[in-house]
Amino acid sequence: MIEIKDVHKSFATLEVLKGINLTVEKGEVLSVIGGSGSGKSTLLTCINGLEPINSGAILVDGTEVHAKSTDLNKLRRKIGIVFQQFNAFPHLTVLDNVTLAPRKVLGMGKKQAEEIAVQQLENVGLGDKINVYPGRLSGGQQQRMAIARALAMSPEYMLFDEVTSALDPQLVGEVLDTLKMLADDGMTMICVTHEMAFARDVSDRVAFFHQGVMAEIAPSDEFFRAPKHPETQKFLSNIRE
Amino acid sequence: MFSYTFQWNQALARLPQMLEGALVTMQVAIMSMVLGILIAIILTGFRLSGNKFLNAVAVTWIEIARNTPALFQIYMAHFGVASFGIHFSPFMSLLIGITFNNAGYLSENFRGALKAIPETQTRSARSLGMPPIMAFRTVVLPQMLRISFLPMTNQMVWAVLMTSLGVTVSMNADLYGVTQDLNALTFRTFELFAIAGVIFYIIVKVINLGARLIAARLFRY
Repeated sequence: MIEIKDVHKSFATLEVLKGINLTVEKGEVLSVIGGSGSGKSTLLTCINGLEPINSGAILVDGTEVHAKSTDLNKLRRKIGIVFQQFNAFPHLTVLDNVTLAPRKVLGMGKKQAEEIAVQQLENVGLGDKINVYPGRLSGGQQQRMAIARALAMSPEYMLFDEVTSALDPQLVGEVLDTLKMLADDGMTMICVTHEMAFARDVSDRVAFFHQGVMAEIAPSDEFFRAPKHPETQKFLSNIRE
Repeated sequence: MFSYTFQWNQALARLPQMLEGALVTMQVAIMSMVLGILIAIILTGFRLSGNKFLNAVAVTWIEIARNTPALFQIYMAHFGVASFGIHFSPFMSLLIGITFNNAGYLSENFRGALKAIPETQTRSARSLGMPPIMAFRTVVLPQMLRISFLPMTNQMVWAVLMTSLGVTVSMNADLYGVTQDLNALTFRTFELFAIAGVIFYIIVKVINLGARLIAARLFRY
């Protein structure tokens, strides 16, 4: 369970999160939507401790992320994150990209790590690309590799930060299919996204962020059928046009 | 017009001695590179540490290394420090001078290479649970070495050529020093230095070829 309690976060004088309260249960898929600068991506990087927060608390399975005593390296093993920019490690083959963390961080043997990696890569449809360097892959393939890389650590939570925003339109589908597959497998996911169809069809709940505040959160069908907050209505009507 | 008679045989007879000198030249160059790379990594760390004192140390080193003659640096390592009662052998002085120069240039190369690697690479590695040093070693360092590989090759070439400055601090075991001594002995000036020039040329060509082979093996992406 991820609990976010009254989290405030500023970059210099700019407050990007103004008291966020949110709980994500195990097995839940939450989509977070909102305009750029609404704070939704920042929230994700706070959840795995890549960014410090100014006040409030984030708890993952009861462990306070930003407490001094928390071993972030250990905590991050169970929180996978995939970024908008795929961040493939260019000097490593697809296989080595995926085995790197299990081997170095978890101390897994080469053979076992490779078995897991091949499995994960096959799941995302990259079984025939394992010995290729990421520079030879399309954006969609690199992004799917990044997903496999995160999954190879057997995380309990997955955070997706606009993972389709940097992709050519024809490549978005393949990545969304991968996310959908994960959701069907019961993975707990927080997806910051601009893909409304995905948010509606795949997620259990949808949250709308506006200027650092979570303006609305509701089950996805209700959220799209009858948005309550005027800013949500405005946002959705702009997108539908 | 010319009254000089070439006597190549006489000069070539000294080739074994010159090749021995070339080995010393390579020894100095390689040692100065290994030490230079290590110090350059430390200096780069100083520059990125955010500590004002460490940064000042690194900047001073780099500024002097890059903006003064290599001859000055070697001179200071021999005659300069001798003024304070510190005496290094010619070999040591040459090694220290070239290492100082290498470290300064390489540090700037490393810093540039680090800047070229997106911050998101480190973020990605950290988000996979890697501690900072592991993230640096497995993700950043390999990319940094590739970017700075060509500048490092150039610096290695420079290190070889800079050994010739050793004669100014009475270094006589390296290729240039040996050649100078043989010249004083035989006066086959043109022939001896021409041979030395050819040996330098071949060393540099071999370094460049070797670097290309290494790069082809290491950097396949």
